[in-house]
Amino acid sequence: MAVITVRQALNDAFKEEMKIDPTIIMMGCDIGVRGGPFGITLDLMNLYGKDRVIDTPISEPAFVGACVGAAATGLRPVAEVLYSDWITLGMDQLVNMAAKMRYMFGGKVHMPLVVRAPFGAGGGIAAQHSQSFEAWFNHVPGFKVVAPIEPYDVKGMMKTALRDDNPVIFFEHKRSYQLKGEVPDGEEGETYTVPFGKAAVRREGTDVTIVAYSMMAIRAKKAAEELAKEGISCEVIDLISLLPLDYDTVMNSIGKTNRVVVCQEANLRGGMAGDIVSEIIDRGFDLLDAPPVRVGALNVPMPYNKGLEDLCIPDEQKIKDAVYKVLDNK
Amino acid sequence: MDKKTQAYVKQTLPALKELKAPEGMSLDEQKRIYRQMCLIREFDSQVKTLWMKNEIYGLAHSYVGAEAIAVGACENLNKDDFITSTHRGHGHTIAKGGNTRAMMAELHGKYEGLNRGKGGSMHIADVDIGMLGATGIVGSGMPIAIGSAISAKVLKNDRVTICFHGDGGTNQGVWHESINMAAAWDLPAIFLIENNQYAIATKLGWVAKETDLYKRAIGYGIEGVQIDGFNVFDVYNAVKKAVEKARKGGGPTLIEARYIRLLGHFVADDQWYRDLKADEIFWEYEPIKRMKEYFISNKLLSEEEVDAIQQDAIDEIADAVSYAQNECTEPSADTLYDDIYADGEIIY
Repeated sequence: MAVITVRQALNDAFKEEMKIDPTIIMMGCDIGVRGGPFGITLDLMNLYGKDRVIDTPISEPAFVGACVGAAATGLRPVAEVLYSDWITLGMDQLVNMAAKMRYMFGGKVHMPLVVRAPFGAGGGIAAQHSQSFEAWFNHVPGFKVVAPIEPYDVKGMMKTALRDDNPVIFFEHKRSYQLKGEVPDGEEGETYTVPFGKAAVRREGTDVTIVAYSMMAIRAKKAAEELAKEGISCEVIDLISLLPLDYDTVMNSIGKTNRVVVCQEANLRGGMAGDIVSEIIDRGFDLLDAPPVRVGALNVPMPYNKGLEDLCIPDEQKIKDAVYKVLDNK
Repeated sequence: MDKKTQAYVKQTLPALKELKAPEGMSLDEQKRIYRQMCLIREFDSQVKTLWMKNEIYGLAHSYVGAEAIAVGACENLNKDDFITSTHRGHGHTIAKGGNTRAMMAELHGKYEGLNRGKGGSMHIADVDIGMLGATGIVGSGMPIAIGSAISAKVLKNDRVTICFHGDGGTNQGVWHESINMAAAWDLPAIFLIENNQYAIATKLGWVAKETDLYKRAIGYGIEGVQIDGFNVFDVYNAVKKAVEKARKGGGPTLIEARYIRLLGHFVADDQWYRDLKADEIFWEYEPIKRMKEYFISNKLLSEEEVDAIQQDAIDEIADAVSYAQNECTEPSADTLYDDIYADGEIIY
C-alpha cells in the first residue's frame, strides 16, 4: 500500500485510464497548461495532448454541453466545473440533455460523461464558492451521483465513473485534496475499482447509526471516536455513492442500532438527508426506536466571516449533539 | 405586384435568388431533392391533420415552408455525418434519411417508433444516422454540435456536423459560446440559422438590433453568408462550400437561411398576432412550388412528371400513417424504466 492524497488519487486515476482508453477527453477552465486550479489535472496535457485535454473559454454552458455531445458521439468526456457552484451554468445541458437523451431517444445513445464538481464549504470563500448541490442531481432520473472522500475510494470510483456509460456527477470535496490515505500500489493500484452503490462501514457500533458522506463522513468518524470515550457506540456509514445509494447497508445497521443520524454538509432544507430519512421510514419504520435526526448546514447563504461561517457548517460537535438527541428521543 | 408589396418581399427575403441547379447536379439528384421536400411537406401536413383529430398527442411543430433548408443542407452529408436539430425536427430527420414509418410511429407514441414512444415530435432522433435529436429547449443543440465536432476531431474521422437552429436560438448565451469555441478550434461544424423571423410570436427585429444574423460571424472571425432559405439550390451550394471547408480542417461557417414562417409556431397556432394577409404573398416563394416551376419552365420535367414525384411522396406518408395506426403497438408499462440507465440497469 502507498499513502497518497486525494489530489494524487484523482491524477493517477486520470493518467492510468487515459492511457488505456484513447476516447477519454477532458474539458475545463485552466485544466491543461496550468493543470487545473487545484492541480488535479497536472501533466495530463503533456501526456495526452491538446486535443484530449482542452483548455476551454469560461463558457460552462457550452463546454459542459460539448461534453454531452461528445459523449453521445463516441468519446468519454470529463467536464471540470471549477467550483461546483457554477454547475448552475451548465445545468440545462446536464438536466435536459445528458440525463435524458438515452431515454428520450429510445435507448439509442450512450452518455459516458463525468462531471467533476469540487464542492463543500470552509475557508471563507463565501456564498458563491461553498455550496453543495448533490441533492439537485439526486432528484433527476438519469444521473449517477457520487461523493467519495477517502483516496482509495476516490481513485477507484473515478475509474468506475470513467468506464460507466451513464452521466456521473462526481462531487470532490475541495478541502479534501490534501487528505491522505492508503491506496494499493503496483499492479493492484492500477487495476482496482470501487463500485457505485456500495457504502462502507467506517466504524462498527451498536447504539446509533451515523449515515454520512464526503467530508461529513470524516467528521462523523471523529465524532464517533469522541463519543466512544463517553461510552456511546456509533456505527459510521460512509455512503460514498448517493445515486445509486446502498440502503441495504444502511438498513442492516439500523436493524442493529435502531437509531439513526443522517448528515450532509449542504444546507438542510431539500437535501439528501431528508430524502434518506424518508426512504429509511418507508423501508423500516418499525426498526426505529426514535425519530431520525438530520444534520446539515443552516439554511442561509454561506457567509464570509469566519465566526458566521462556523455557525453554518456542520462540524463534529453538531454531529455529537444529534447523537445525544436521537438517544434522548423516545 | 405593387411597389409596396415588392419592397416588403425584398425586405423580408433579402437573399431571394432564381432557382438554378448547381453545375454537375444530375436530374436524378434534383428529382430526389424534390421528392425529399415533398416527403417533409406531406409528413407535416398529415401531422397537422392527425393532431387536429386528436390522433397525435403532445405538441408538434411544422417544418412546412422550410423544406429547402434541411434538404439542401443534408444532401451534402454522408450517413455518418451529424446534425443537431430544433423543436421543429421532422424535416431534419427526413432529410438526414430517417425512416418515415418509424417517425410516424413515434409521433403516435408507439413502441415501434424511432424513440420507443418516449420522445415524440419534440425529441425525435435517430442517432444511427447521425441525427442527434430534436430538442424542446431553444438553442440547446448548439453545444451538442460542438461535442460531435470535437468527437470527429479527436477520433480523426472526417465527419462534419450541421447545427440547425432558428433565429430564436441566436439570442441564447450558448449560441455565442458555442460558435466562439468552434471558431477558436477550427471545428468541423456548420451553423445553419433557419431565420424564419419569428420566435413564436416575437419578431426578430423587436429583440435584435441587427437582423442580418450572418453578420455576427465577423465577431467570431469566421465566414458568414446569407442565403435564400426558400431556394433549395442556394442552400445546397452554400452548405456544400461550408462542408468542404469543414472537412478540410478550415473551421466553421455561419449560414443564415432567410425565409419566413408560413404556418404557426405549432400546428394549432392560428397566428392572430401577425398580419397574415400581408404575408400571403410568401406562399408564392415557398420552396416546393418554386422547384416545380423550375422543372417545368426549364423543360426538365413535365407537370405530370413532377406531380408523380409528389404523389409518390404522398403515398409513402399514407403508408407511414397506416403503419403507425394499424401495425404498431402501445409500449407496455414494463418499458417505463428502460433506458434511463445503460445496459438494463434500473434505479427506482
